[in-house]
Amino acid sequence: MGILEVKGVNKRFGGLQALGDVNLSVAEQTCHAIIGPNGAGKSTLLNCLVGKLIPDSGSVMFDGQSVLGRKPHEINQMGISRVFQTPEIFADLTVLENVLIPCFAKRDGAFRMHAIESVDQEPEIKAQAEHILEDVRMLEKSAMLASALSRGDKRRLEMAMCLVQQPRLLLLDEPTAGMARADTNNTIDLLKEIRDKRGLTMCIIEHDMHVVFSLAERITVLAQGSPLVEDTPENIRGNPKVREAYLGEAQV
Amino acid sequence: MLGLTRKDFQLLLIVIGLTMFAPFLLNPFPETSALAQFNAGYPDLLQRFVIFSIFAIGFNILFGLTGYLSFGHAAFIGIGSYAGVWMMKLLTMNIIPAILVSILVAALVSLIIGYVSLRRSGIYFSILTLAFAQMCYALAYSVLTPITGGETGLQLRLNDPRILGESVTEAGNIPVPHLFGLETRDSLELALGNWVFTFNAGYYIAAVAMILAFYLAIRLFRSPFGIMLRAVKSNQQRMSYTGLNPKPYTLAAFVISGMYAGLAGGLMVAMDPLAGAERMLWTASGEVVLMTILGGAGTLIGPVLGAGVIKYFESIFSTINRTVLEGWFAFLPDGLENVVISMIYPFVGKGWHLTLGIMFMLVVIFLPGGLVEGGQRLGRLFRRRGKRDAAEGDPVKPAE
Ligand SMILES: Nc1ncnc2c1ncn2[C@@H]1O[C@H](COP(=O)(O)OP(=O)(O)OP(=O)(O)O)[C@@H](O)[C@H]1O
Ligand SMILES: [Mg+2]
Repeated sequence: MGILEVKGVNKRFGGLQALGDVNLSVAEQTCHAIIGPNGAGKSTLLNCLVGKLIPDSGSVMFDGQSVLGRKPHEINQMGISRVFQTPEIFADLTVLENVLIPCFAKRDGAFRMHAIESVDQEPEIKAQAEHILEDVRMLEKSAMLASALSRGDKRRLEMAMCLVQQPRLLLLDEPTAGMARADTNNTIDLLKEIRDKRGLTMCIIEHDMHVVFSLAERITVLAQGSPLVEDTPENIRGNPKVREAYLGEAQV
Repeated sequence: MLGLTRKDFQLLLIVIGLTMFAPFLLNPFPETSALAQFNAGYPDLLQRFVIFSIFAIGFNILFGLTGYLSFGHAAFIGIGSYAGVWMMKLLTMNIIPAILVSILVAALVSLIIGYVSLRRSGIYFSILTLAFAQMCYALAYSVLTPITGGETGLQLRLNDPRILGESVTEAGNIPVPHLFGLETRDSLELALGNWVFTFNAGYYIAAVAMILAFYLAIRLFRSPFGIMLRAVKSNQQRMSYTGLNPKPYTLAAFVISGMYAGLAGGLMVAMDPLAGAERMLWTASGEVVLMTILGGAGTLIGPVLGAGVIKYFESIFSTINRTVLEGWFAFLPDGLENVVISMIYPFVGKGWHLTLGIMFMLVVIFLPGGLVEGGQRLGRLFRRRGKRDAAEGDPVKPAE
């Protein structure tokens, strides 16, 4: 029994079967990669996990509880954080403020009205935010407006916002797209380090095979909305069906 | 200082200085000069400056931070006013209970209106708030006449019970609003040469309230709650995927801004104890939107500037009539005088809205950040020029 159990999920957009009978089981404290060509339905699957979309049928269980029918903020409170394909950050806020928000939200997301005290009066929270910014190597940019960041930096910021919540399941939608090689490697190291330190479960969508093979313990290949195979990285690498559907394009 | 950063504290000091010396600063022209027309340092206008500043500061907490454009905030001024007058009718002419109850009642009503309106966002939210405000207006104007006085408005009467005070003064008049004995209409006049400065008790009471309101707004802007409100405006999607429900934050901002409006309504009553339905009309709701945008939405000082400019135009430009213009241009030959007057006339007097409209358009088009942005640009310009002058004047520049 994995911490995340997706069973028989279907999703149609008009005439398009975006997801067809998808099953996925992610074991606790592992990294599960989902790969597949463009338009395979990878992001749609994540959307069904975080409450952005409601599947037409099927079940999604997280830690024994169904996530279907819950609002996005409730699902996040269960311990699922997500990095989006196009960065979802607070563009009008500074980098530090972006990270302060999940810090103030705590895990429960309860409504807290600290309307009079200033941010400086909460040193632990500020320290926590600065610490995570240091981890993603963005501390020196903390006073910058988030909208002024490069695409790769926006992603790292979003990842910091998710990581600081200490999620039990981290969903990453192409986290290294638009990043320089050095930053990609740094991101891989950071994710590995956090996984080893805190036991983080990850579900990662990625086109960069270097990232996939560095992190993933299991890989699901999605093609045209259905899982093609699910196996270990070594077996996936040698699987001719996968090469045909996907890896052929990626030249691995 | 006072929990503020250096810069914010300086801003607060500037606002305190300006409000405390406003009776001087806004009366720059001698009583006898033709320009005395432009003096704004008389109690009635000064009171309106600070009261509408409070209204706009509160409105800015909602609109400037969360981006939710309420088009019905005047309802809370009106409701605050009615509540204030009723306190004076029933309890005492001391303005403190009246103002407190104004704030409280406005908070309750804004909680209800906000709760319903915030089910929608964008234009639908604006329309809902507008609909609520017009409903309040209609109720006050007709249906609720026993409570609101309907068309004539709510006024004090000689037979009001006033449990903690007197119904009638010894002289047989209706008592006047006071703060522990200090009547809000009391004024001190100071004649210096050709100038006459008026220091009005009511103005200073309202000014202290405004400074307090401004101080609280700074604290709120800089607080974690303020960051949350800006997050609502920036990306509600990210907020929910961070486990936060944006709704209670927005509702809290709505109620806070409603309370600011209630305070403004209560202060209006404290200055002049009557309330009318027209205070809730949609034009009044639109005016605070204009004030905030004109001054600079989302900035601290912007709403205060906007309120000042609009109230100044409303009171000063509207009083320039044909006779005044004729006085100014009497030195011109007759034909030319008439041409000049007929060119200026549409923009003053009853046409002051036209001037305001043009100015508003210019600001929105060229200074999207409002007057505050204008000020910042000027500041930068001068700083750059200052630097260049210093560089040019530098005598020890190496020749190569
Ligand atoms: N909200 C939507 N409405 C209609 N069609 C959609 C919607 N979201 C996705 N689709 C379609 O569903 C299919 C799967 O999209 P999805 O974004 O899940 O692909 P993906 O695997 O993430 O691709 P990529 O690698 O390009 O991100 C695509 O054909 C897409 O056009
Ligand atoms: Mg995708």
